[in-house]
Amino acid sequence: MGILTPNPFWLASAPPTNTGEQIMRAFDAGWGGAVWKTIGEPVVNTASRYSSVDWTGQRMMGLNHIELISDRSIEDNVREIAEVKKRYPKHTVIASLMVESKREVWHDIVKRAEDAGADGLELNFGCPHGMSERGMGSAVGQVPEYSCTITEWAKEAARTPVMVKLTPNVTDIRVIARAARKGGADALSAINTINSITGIDLDTLTPRPNVGGMSAHGGYCGPAVKPIALHLVQQIASDPDVRLPVSGIGGIQSWRDAAEFILVGCGTVQVCTAVMHYGYRIVEDMIDGLSNWMDDKGYASIDDFRGLTLPRMTEWKHLDLNYRIVARIDPSKCIGCDLCYVACWDGAHQCIHHEGSREAPAARQARSRASISVTPIAKLDFASGKDGHGPRVPQVDEEECVGCNLCSLVCPVESCITMVEVETGKPKESWEQRSSGRVYARPGQE
Amino acid sequence: MSEPGLPLQKNLELFPDLHPALDARSAVTEANRCLNCFDAPCMSACPTHIDVPGFIKRIASGNVRGSARVILEANVLGMSCSRACPVDVLCEGACVMHTFNKKPIEIGRLQRYAMEDFYAHAGAGGDSRPGPAPLTHAEKIACIGGGPASLACAAELRRRGFAVRVFDNRPLPGGLTTYGIAEYKLRPSDSLREVEMIRGMGVEFHCADVGSDVSLDELERTFSVIFLGMGLGAMHRIGIPGEDLPGVIDALHFIERYKTEKDFPVGRCVAVIGGGNTAIDAANAARRLGAEEVHIFYRRTENEMPAFANEYEHAKSEGVVFHWLVQPVSIIEGKGRLAGVKFVQTRLGPQDESGRRNAEPVHGSDFNFMCDMAIPALGQTKFVKLLKSSRGIDLTDGSIKVDRATGRTSNARYFAGGDCVNGGREVVDAVADGKRAALAIAAQFEG
Repeated sequence: MGILTPNPFWLASAPPTNTGEQIMRAFDAGWGGAVWKTIGEPVVNTASRYSSVDWTGQRMMGLNHIELISDRSIEDNVREIAEVKKRYPKHTVIASLMVESKREVWHDIVKRAEDAGADGLELNFGCPHGMSERGMGSAVGQVPEYSCTITEWAKEAARTPVMVKLTPNVTDIRVIARAARKGGADALSAINTINSITGIDLDTLTPRPNVGGMSAHGGYCGPAVKPIALHLVQQIASDPDVRLPVSGIGGIQSWRDAAEFILVGCGTVQVCTAVMHYGYRIVEDMIDGLSNWMDDKGYASIDDFRGLTLPRMTEWKHLDLNYRIVARIDPSKCIGCDLCYVACWDGAHQCIHHEGSREAPAARQARSRASISVTPIAKLDFASGKDGHGPRVPQVDEEECVGCNLCSLVCPVESCITMVEVETGKPKESWEQRSSGRVYARPGQE
Repeated sequence: MSEPGLPLQKNLELFPDLHPALDARSAVTEANRCLNCFDAPCMSACPTHIDVPGFIKRIASGNVRGSARVILEANVLGMSCSRACPVDVLCEGACVMHTFNKKPIEIGRLQRYAMEDFYAHAGAGGDSRPGPAPLTHAEKIACIGGGPASLACAAELRRRGFAVRVFDNRPLPGGLTTYGIAEYKLRPSDSLREVEMIRGMGVEFHCADVGSDVSLDELERTFSVIFLGMGLGAMHRIGIPGEDLPGVIDALHFIERYKTEKDFPVGRCVAVIGGGNTAIDAANAARRLGAEEVHIFYRRTENEMPAFANEYEHAKSEGVVFHWLVQPVSIIEGKGRLAGVKFVQTRLGPQDESGRRNAEPVHGSDFNFMCDMAIPALGQTKFVKLLKSSRGIDLTDGSIKVDRATGRTSNARYFAGGDCVNGGREVVDAVADGKRAALAIAAQFEG
C-alpha cells in the first residue's frame, strides 16, 4: 500500500478509535496504526446501541451494533488527527471518511483529512444501517458503479493512498472490489459488518438492541464472523482482476487469527471487537505470539508468508475425489462419551459401532434404561466382583467410513480421533475431469 | 404443607446445607460443562435411570420446569435423592470427566437446583405438580410402609389409574427419608413436600400399624395386590450388659429425635459405636449439636470400614476422632445411667469364605472410656415379624426374596422393594424397586 507502519496490527474504524486521546493510549499499548472512526457530518446515535451473542457461558462471541459514524464535529476530528500525528509521527493514522455523494463534498473532506496529516484514507462504503438509508455507506458499497465513481472523486483530490472498505452484504464481493480498482483505489479493506439480528427478548418480544420498545437490524462482528471474513478476503486476494493490497478485518482476536488473514494475502490486520471486549492490551499477545510463530517457521518478515495459503485454495470442482481418509479412534484417549457414535448414526453415515453389535442409538439407549443397577455398598457386596467398566470405546468400520470427519469434530478429547489417509491406488481425479467438461444449463439458456 | 414446627429452628442454624445450592448463573455454567454424552454412564449408574444429560441440558437452555419434569418422570423422589444420594459412587462417580482428568459434573447439585425450583412454585403461579389422574382400573393396591419404596410404587400406580393406599405406623409419612437422614443433607420438610405432592396425585395415606391396627387378612380382602415396603427393623443391639441404661441411644433413634424434638440434649462426650454411614451421620450431628468430643469406635480398620469415603472425610473435618480395632464389652454405670464404655482391643483374624476378616478380641487389653452418651450404630435388624404369619413369602437370610426385575415375591399377590429386600441400601434403590414393582403390577392388570 505504500505506507510504512511499525507493525501490522491496526485498530479498525470504530468506537476504540473515536478520539485522539484513545488512539494515543492505543499506540502506547503497542498498536502500529489506527483507522479513525469514520469522519463526516456528525450524527446522533441511539441508546442502546449494541447486542451480542453469548456461547455456552462465554460472553460475546458475536457483537452487533447500530452505531453510526462519528458524532463529533469534523473540526474536532481533524484537529485531533494533527495532534496524534505530531506526537506519534511513526505510527500510522488512516482517516476513514463518509460524506454525501457529491464530488465537491468528497474533495473537501479528503483535503481536510490530509492537511491534518493523515497517512492515508479509508473510504467507508460499508455501514449497513442508518447511513445506508441516507444513500451512503453500504448503499454505495452494494452498487459497483457508485463505488467506482466515489473512489474516482476521492482519488482526484488525494495525495495519500486511498483504501476502499468493502461491505460483505453483497452477492459477489469481487464485483465491487474490481469497481473500486477501476476507480483507482490503492488498496482494499474487508470486511465491514454483516447485517444481523442477534436475538429476541422472549418477554418483550422485541429484538435487541431495544430502543424505546423498537429495534433495527445492525452490523455483526466479532469472532463469529471470522470465517465469513476470511472467505471474502481470500476471494478478493485471489481475483486476477483485483490485485490490490488488502487490510484484513473480521473477528481477529489473537495472533493466530492475524496469521490466518496474512496467509490469505493481507498486509495488515484491523481489530475492533476484541478491543471493545478486552481493551487495548490484547495487542501484546498478538505481537508476541505472531513473532514467536514466525521464529518457529523461519519467517523474518510478514512478506515471507503473506499469501502462502492462496495457491492452496481452489474451486470445489478441482478437488481430488479419489483422496480417501478414514477416522481412527484412539482407545487410550477415549472417555466413552459416545458422542461420535450418535453423531455418525444420526448425522452422518452410520459407520461407528460398539463391539460386536450394529445396533442403532435408540436400541442401545433402551437397553441401558431397562438394566438394573444398585448403589454399591461394601458390606452388602463383599463378594465384590463388580467389574469396573472402563470407557466403552466405539469402533469405526473403515470399509464404510466416508471420511467426512464429523466424529473428529464432535469428540471432546484432543487427538482422540484422527483422520488417516488410506491408499486407494487410484490417480488424482477431480469432478471436472470425471465429468469431462460437461456443461450444466443455467437459467435463461436452453 | 409440612408438619408445622419442622425443621426445628435450631436445626436450621446448626445444620446449614452441607453443599450450598447453585444459583441460576452458576447452574447454567455447570450445566454447559456437561458434554451431553449419548447413552450416558451417569444415567446407567443411576438406579432409577434419570435422563441426566436431558435434565442438565434443560437447565442450560433455561427450561427449568422441563428439567424437573424429566427428573420426576424417572424418580418421583428427585428432591430427596438429589440431596441424599451418594453421588460419588453413583452418577458423579460414573461421569466420563473422570477419565478426562476433569472435575465430574455436579449432577447432584444440578438436580437439586431443578427440584428446588419445582417445589418453590408449589402452591403458587407456575405450579407444575401433577393432579390426580383419572381412576381407570377397579383394582386397588395397598403399600405397607410409607418410605421411598412404597411412595414410588404408589405414585407410579396412581399415575396409571389405580387407587392406592399407603399404610405407615408413624405420624408422618416418608419413613427414613423423613426421620432418618442427617439434617444437613435432608430436612424433614423436604421429604414431606414430596409426600404432599404424592398425596396431591391422589395417593391415600393411612396412619396404622399393619399387624396390630389392621391385619393382613383384612388388607387381602380389600386390595388386589399388596406391596411390602416396610424397610428394616430396629437397630441391632450390641448384646452387652448395661446397654439399656439411660444415656445409650441407638443411632436411628438419635437422628429421629434430634430432627423432631425441640430440646433434645446431646452429651458432652459422645461415643459412637460402628463404622457405617449411619454412625458417621450420628457422629457429625452430635458435633453440630454441641458435643465437645465425639469418638467413633470400630472393631476393624479404616480399610474395612463400610462408610463411603467422602462421608469419612466429612467426619474427620468435623473433628470426629476415630478409634480402630476396638469393640465394646460392657456399659459402665454411674448414678443409674451410662458413665462410660468398657472396650477391648481387637485384631483381624484370617479371611473367611466371603473374603472378610473378622475381629477377634485381644484378651487382657480392656480399657475404659468415660463418656456421657453412647450411640450404637450397628445396622438394622430385618423386619420379619409381620411375615412370620406364613403367607408363603420366602425370605433369604431375613430379607424378602423377589424376582429382581419385577419385585414379585413367592406369593403372587405380594410384591416387595426397598430395604426389606436389599438389606439396606439408599433411597434411590428403594425408589427404583418401588417403580419396577408398580410397572409389573400394572402390566398384570393391563393385560
